[in-house]
Amino acid sequence: MTLLGFLVATALFVVQARNLFVSVILMGLFSLLVAGLFMVLDAVDVAFTEAAVGAGISTVLFLGTIALVAPKERPVAPRSRRQLLPFLVVGATFALLIFGTLDMPLYGDPNAPIHVYVAPRYLEQSATEIGIPNVVTSVLASYRGYDTLGEITVIFTAALGVMMLIGRGRKFPRRRRETDEA
Amino acid sequence: MAMNQHAVLRVVTKLLMPCILLFALYVQFHGEFGPGGGFQAGVIFGVGFVLYALIFGVGAARRVAPPGVLRGVLAGGVLLFTGVGIAGVLRGGSFLNYSVLSKDPLLGQEMGILLIEFGVGTTVAAAVITLFLIFAGQEQKE
Repeated sequence: MTLLGFLVATALFVVQARNLFVSVILMGLFSLLVAGLFMVLDAVDVAFTEAAVGAGISTVLFLGTIALVAPKERPVAPRSRRQLLPFLVVGATFALLIFGTLDMPLYGDPNAPIHVYVAPRYLEQSATEIGIPNVVTSVLASYRGYDTLGEITVIFTAALGVMMLIGRGRKFPRRRRETDEA
Repeated sequence: MAMNQHAVLRVVTKLLMPCILLFALYVQFHGEFGPGGGFQAGVIFGVGFVLYALIFGVGAARRVAPPGVLRGVLAGGVLLFTGVGIAGVLRGGSFLNYSVLSKDPLLGQEMGILLIEFGVGTTVAAAVITLFLIFAGQEQKE
């Protein structure tokens, strides 16, 4: 509960901060708090990923981007009637999302669909079918191998996209000429 | 970058680098027993290089991890993952079914998981390093 409180406070500060550097550091803090929250919920693997990717890599990449652009946010245009529409859209989406959670089973309900579908089978059969102690790994790598394959394909494609957009490899002579002219 | 003038940072980085890389390998190959796996290991391995690039400069990091090699590793991980899947098909199973990789299905599963986790790790590490070097390299150009 304390962690959740800190989370909300950090999120508010991130929105409030005009200095992007402050925002990025606070985002890192936010990720670390989420990782702590996952730890409390016994999701060690997810906490590990969140701490490494969210608090570590994302922060570094954000800082790298800030080094390329201005460190301060541009001042927001003065209050006008046009701001009413975004407010309404956000408000409606928020109300819809809250409405959506009303149907969800209570947290920790043993009869919730997620606990009675394939999860028990994974937990019971993993030791005899896969034979490794960490069930998270056996689900990720074996039962859900397709998902993991898709996941690393996404990462591969993302890196490829960044390389082609702003990389300066020898394979892209056209881009090089552009930067030379500029 | 003035970072490479600080003796303390250089020495500490040199001390930390082996620990970070070793910890990444531990997370990589111990993922079946404890928390972690290829993804986390790849990120930690990449972070080691990011730290190196931060302290010693992007040029030095590029010499350690040339873009060509990085690209190869980036694609190699995905290919290894897919290759394991296809190996299962060739041995008479379905795609990504590791039980047929060995005579003992449990051993096959363990082999398959180890290999694909390694594929995940290499791709993620190469992606992290590539992304950082590209972003940091832009900064130097200007």
